[in-house]
Amino acid sequence: MDLSAINPLILVASLMVAATPILLAAIGELVVEKAGILNLGVEGMMITGAICGFAIAVETGSPFWGFIAAAVGGALLSLVFAFLTQYLLSNQVATGLALTLFGLGLSSLLGQKYMGVKPPSTSKLDIPFLSDIPGIGRVLFQHDPMVYFSIALIAAVWLMLKYSRIGLVLRAVGENHDAAHALGYKVVRIRIGAIAFGGACAGLGGAYLSLIRVPQWTEGMTAGAGWIALAIVVFASWRPWRILMGAYLFGGVTVLQLNLQAAGLAIPVEYLSMSPYLITIIVLVIINRSTQSAPAELGQVFHASH
Amino acid sequence: MNIKSILTGAVVALGVAGAAFAQDKPKIGFVYVGPIGDGGWTYHHNEGRLAVEEHFGDAVETTFIESVPEGADAERVLTQMALSGHDLIFTTSFGYMDPTINVAAKFPNVKFEHATGYKTADNVSIYSARFYEGRAVTGLLAGHMTKANKIGYIASFPIPEVIRGINASFIHAKKANPDVEMSVVWVYTWFDPAKEGDATQALLDQGVDVILAHTDSTAPLTILEAAGGYGFGQAADMEQFAPAPRVSSIIDNWAPYYIERTQAILDGNWTSVSTWNGIASGMVEIGEISDAVPAAAKAEAEALRDAIISGEYHPFTGPLNKQDGSVWLADGEVADDGTLAGMGFYVEGISGNVPN
Repeated sequence: MDLSAINPLILVASLMVAATPILLAAIGELVVEKAGILNLGVEGMMITGAICGFAIAVETGSPFWGFIAAAVGGALLSLVFAFLTQYLLSNQVATGLALTLFGLGLSSLLGQKYMGVKPPSTSKLDIPFLSDIPGIGRVLFQHDPMVYFSIALIAAVWLMLKYSRIGLVLRAVGENHDAAHALGYKVVRIRIGAIAFGGACAGLGGAYLSLIRVPQWTEGMTAGAGWIALAIVVFASWRPWRILMGAYLFGGVTVLQLNLQAAGLAIPVEYLSMSPYLITIIVLVIINRSTQSAPAELGQVFHASH
Repeated sequence: MNIKSILTGAVVALGVAGAAFAQDKPKIGFVYVGPIGDGGWTYHHNEGRLAVEEHFGDAVETTFIESVPEGADAERVLTQMALSGHDLIFTTSFGYMDPTINVAAKFPNVKFEHATGYKTADNVSIYSARFYEGRAVTGLLAGHMTKANKIGYIASFPIPEVIRGINASFIHAKKANPDVEMSVVWVYTWFDPAKEGDATQALLDQGVDVILAHTDSTAPLTILEAAGGYGFGQAADMEQFAPAPRVSSIIDNWAPYYIERTQAILDGNWTSVSTWNGIASGMVEIGEISDAVPAAAKAEAEALRDAIISGEYHPFTGPLNKQDGSVWLADGEVADDGTLAGMGFYVEGISGNVPN
């Protein structure tokens, strides 16, 4: 067994890139679920974000506007879900699944003229001083801005949920919407805001995939990343920093197992290729043994007259 | 009569009725494993479908369902297709083998054609292409193009077709470059651009500089374009990546076969057949070898292709040993189709094990 072939520094650098799409989608879904909404349309919003971001980046020549468009596209699609579930009181599970199918179809329609097109490349940040640190400097501080944005977003969501008034209200809506309503909070409006935020984050995750991780547009290119993001929210028991850990763990083990295969390690491939799922679940379940469970009103329909 | 047999009877009756309705205008269905815009495998099957539409015009109707998972879900999709009056259904991925056989047994009047499998029935044909002939040519080029003497192979699932491709590539890379080593990475998916890209990056991180892929998207070439190194178009020409990183390609051309089989439905003389065609018939094409390849290597690859076409050379010709060193083919001996169809072992020189 020759582990020397695996360079841990390169591995860390690749895992940060590999995990970012899932991380972005998962932190958005966390906020949605904290507000008591279960939106299973993450995959659909991601792929819509992927094509919106790709198309706008190609048209304007600017990845920045691409990411803005991806966030707007994902949020707009999520507002369809918000309208159906918040005003027409449709079933959230069914509507979310439909949103995924709709997003996949919509994205192939939008993306027809973008196949085989090259997007503008996103420049990497070169953080002064930090990136000059030998070894880890190159690994940790020379990524594209979205990697740092996603980590900052985790911190922001954590601060918001834990210390801010709006976070408290959001959690109240998710735990007991009747009580929140009785206190005078606009349950539906707050939830729509959360859903739109989730859509925007999923859209950013999708665009990260099509603009940076594999810079190309291919139909269905998210290939299940949205479902992984959904699973990570649950296994991280709705806590922002654990989402970061879960996503990096999943991305890390995925990259590691491919590297181990490429290096010719004598572990049966079957075990290696199931390892990302297995290890992520085991680690998160062990950490979460005694902590909180799902928001109490997750997936429940709210109507003011009830 | 229990409820199950009543239901089965009803399903069969509906199937017969559906087939009867469709008598006037044959309906041809296609089931795809990926999206038609994958730029590779499914894209080319769909090109074949479009060729059928163009050839027959209004005489036939074609339909397709894309991104159908292999396994139980495929059975549901196939049943639905059979019930909705299709006369001929092409199932275009290895993992549809058992679902195809199961559904075909319930609908004896509907004809099925399964790609790359090995199970047939009275109403199930199989068809595949001798991709390994193309792999021999691209493997030879890979051996010539590597400077690090390390080539990589992104493999999807451990099925005979993929293992044949790995062996054919390695044997011919070794002919071009006796020092060559090959790393195989199994990704367990046909289509997942992010994972295909990660596998490409992992191989590059391990010092590989030429990569052959047996997955369906263009992601490996996109990564190679950014990071440096050479690769090949897979299933489609992927000419947008020429002259580098794409130095050549294996193109699947299903159109003539699809037209021929549709014609058989129109003529009413469709029978179950097993088709396995290679470069000579045009089912496998070698894309243009780009200028990034040195002239001598290009000439050698073209000579190999022509020798395969004329039949004077078979990519699996002895002396060849299995991975454990035991003799597989003696000097001059040629592998028979039966062994190739069920190939489950690596040839000598490839490291690692074939997953179960």
